[in-house]
Amino acid sequence: MSGPSTYQPQNGFLKWLETRLPIGGLIHSSFVAYPTPRNLNYWWTFGGILSMMLALQIVTGIILAMHYTPHVDMAFNSVEAIVRDVNYGWLLRNMHAAGASMFFIAVYIHMFRGLYYGSYKAPREVLWILGVIIYLLMMATGFMGYVLPWGQMSFWGATVITNLFSAIPYVGESIVTLLWGGYSVGNPTLNRFFSLHYLLPFVIAGVVVLHVWALHVAGQNNPAGVEPKTEKDTVPFTPYATIKDGFGMACFLIFFAWFIFYMPNYLGDAENYVQANPGVTPAHIVPEWYYLPFYAILRSIPSKLGGVIAMFSAILVLAFLPWLDSAKTRSLRYRPLAKQFFWIFVVICVLLGWLGGKPAEGIYVTVGRILTFCYFAYFLIVLPILSRIETPRAVPNSIADDVLAKSGKKAVASIAVALLAGAALLTGGVQQAKAADHSENPPSLSWSFAGPFGKFDRGALQRGYKVYKEVCSTCHSMNLLHFRNLADEGGPGFTPAQAAAVAADYKVQDGPNDAGEMFERPGRVADKFPAPFPNDNAARASNGGALPPDLSLIAKARSYARGFPQFIFDFFTQFQEQGPNYVDAILQGYADNPPAGITVPEGSYYNKYFPGHAIKMPKPLSNDQVTYDDGTPQTVSQYAHDVATFLMWAAEPHLEARKRLGMQVMIFLIIFAGLLYFTKKKVWANAH
Amino acid sequence: MGAAAFVWPLISQMNPDASTVAAGAPIEVDLTPIASGQDIKVFWRGKPIYIMNRTKKQIDEARAVPVASLPDPETDQARVKEGHDNWLVVIGICTHLGCIPIAHEGNYDGFFCPCHGSQYDSSGRIRQGPAPANLPIPPYKFVSDTKVQIG
Repeated sequence: MSGPSTYQPQNGFLKWLETRLPIGGLIHSSFVAYPTPRNLNYWWTFGGILSMMLALQIVTGIILAMHYTPHVDMAFNSVEAIVRDVNYGWLLRNMHAAGASMFFIAVYIHMFRGLYYGSYKAPREVLWILGVIIYLLMMATGFMGYVLPWGQMSFWGATVITNLFSAIPYVGESIVTLLWGGYSVGNPTLNRFFSLHYLLPFVIAGVVVLHVWALHVAGQNNPAGVEPKTEKDTVPFTPYATIKDGFGMACFLIFFAWFIFYMPNYLGDAENYVQANPGVTPAHIVPEWYYLPFYAILRSIPSKLGGVIAMFSAILVLAFLPWLDSAKTRSLRYRPLAKQFFWIFVVICVLLGWLGGKPAEGIYVTVGRILTFCYFAYFLIVLPILSRIETPRAVPNSIADDVLAKSGKKAVASIAVALLAGAALLTGGVQQAKAADHSENPPSLSWSFAGPFGKFDRGALQRGYKVYKEVCSTCHSMNLLHFRNLADEGGPGFTPAQAAAVAADYKVQDGPNDAGEMFERPGRVADKFPAPFPNDNAARASNGGALPPDLSLIAKARSYARGFPQFIFDFFTQFQEQGPNYVDAILQGYADNPPAGITVPEGSYYNKYFPGHAIKMPKPLSNDQVTYDDGTPQTVSQYAHDVATFLMWAAEPHLEARKRLGMQVMIFLIIFAGLLYFTKKKVWANAH
Repeated sequence: MGAAAFVWPLISQMNPDASTVAAGAPIEVDLTPIASGQDIKVFWRGKPIYIMNRTKKQIDEARAVPVASLPDPETDQARVKEGHDNWLVVIGICTHLGCIPIAHEGNYDGFFCPCHGSQYDSSGRIRQGPAPANLPIPPYKFVSDTKVQIG
């Protein structure tokens, strides 16, 4: 693409190829001999990290598409089938889902780096605008990908976002119908989103090629913001940038693996483990964390059309940045005033993200309006004025001078700060996004499966299964669980023969037979647990109008907000046990007489931990109700703890494998990153 | 011209297909089970339709409001069928961003949207919150006193 083409192939075949297709020369000049500024810091490794994430998302995505079914009746269960039945399916799914968040963390760091060092200024305007286009494509791709698992947040997120287009005057409604392919979000919508979600990453890859091309024409910017003048200012891409990017990627992978193996649900919404239901709107609809700042801007404008315009403008204004900020000095390092405003702007963005997860009422609306004003003011008022009035400090004469003037020690610290800042931003957005209903949180119990070395207690699983079978299963289905799962590794530890015996106790409907009639036969291990009612309406009719929820995923589908600052500690302590805590608390939360001030309607029961406190399920457990053969105390609290353990396993049968593999991956990555770090030191020893 | 003619099928295919359109045909709903002060939710074209049997109090409240003071001025009389003043039939989709408002909640004896806090009165008119317009009225007619056809 540019740079000196000194490529001289030695091998006969490569010589032959080079005269016909000079691809070797292209690769050599772009990624080997290509001169990069000597003073690049670790913020510059995020370009490489982003390329890696794009490749990873495409690879995992293509594999997931081989197992996924884009149909409203099957999509949710097909995702669960990937996680439960496909070999390493849980790993691929976690990589893809957490990978989307990692992609956005990296892109935000990459963008703020561009803002700070003035990487959008001449001659890099086109490079910057291509970046804004990639970002827009990423947002569209991420949004459509979030719809595919067809959970409650998928469905309602899709409804809210597609309805944004209805704000367009005159043609809005027709456009929305066109997007849906129906009169509401439905099967045609899911199908086309799947098709586009598959397509867009390749479009992104195409624009990335243009982005890199533009980069290699203009050359990289650098922390000093002065162009390389002599050969002393640059080092060849390989080995210098390659090894440095490699080390950056390895560190990023450690951060990524933490989510994949230990916190897979930290960034998601528990509500998305409930299948989409067009008749029920969740209490709080929140988009994924990476859209929250823009969601806050959307909601802070009182008019619907105005809100939509403001939201899209908030992104599009970035494209005009090269002309809004006309200061000659690139790097904010030499612009003391602009530097302060930059950090204020970063804080504004984080606060907007926090507000996006808050309900749009009271003080939040006012704060949202002020911050929205500040966001636009930064681009439209502060930067144009500063570029005219500010007197910058003197920039170094050359990059070589800049390198000599400082030691490179700060780099490692800065990447650590980057990761921490990313983590804080992320957790802030997500955790605040979770609905805070005002009842008391369930107590945190101790679980054998918590933490990095967590394992299920086999005894508890077996006892919990007994409680489920004798009590819960009279009303609650368990549609995602099969008899064979009882004998799975990491499960309750039944032998295959025992699992077969359990299955044979059930009558399963099969057919039609040769005579065309349905018949009943004993269950087999391949069958799923039969539901107590033939359909949802029958279940409602038998339970006073309330549908007993399916329990397969209940331990992941129920959660509660942990509040600030607890959620930050949760990231480090790997706290993921909201679901089992909640299940346990519900089972024990009954009281015969509700406290003063709370009235429970006829046919409902008071429960301390149930949202709204009026639950349709009567108190299900009492002491000595289920007989334990192993001498464990037959108390309600023991039953609740055992059945919650069992339901956690039912919700995530591969939890043990996930944590075990996680430890191996972590150890490997840490050693690998260490080796890369020392190699990098060695390679760079003569360049600093 | 040729290019436009080629692009048209590519865009037109995105609109609702024949089976979706056919499934959107009118439906008939029996009103006898809905007591005064109650409501039901039926689905038509994948959209929830609230049919509310309003009490005298709700009707009076809806008619007592000065129309000019409303964000989207419309009289209650224009939103119901004459002679069937107690029956409110509205599409239960918030005009803000498409969530389903909850009936009999909020400060106006009507609907409350849990997503962004829009409140509608007992005539389904927007009274408070970010929604720009009243809950839309689907096309419907009374086939008899106890039966309504939606669509």
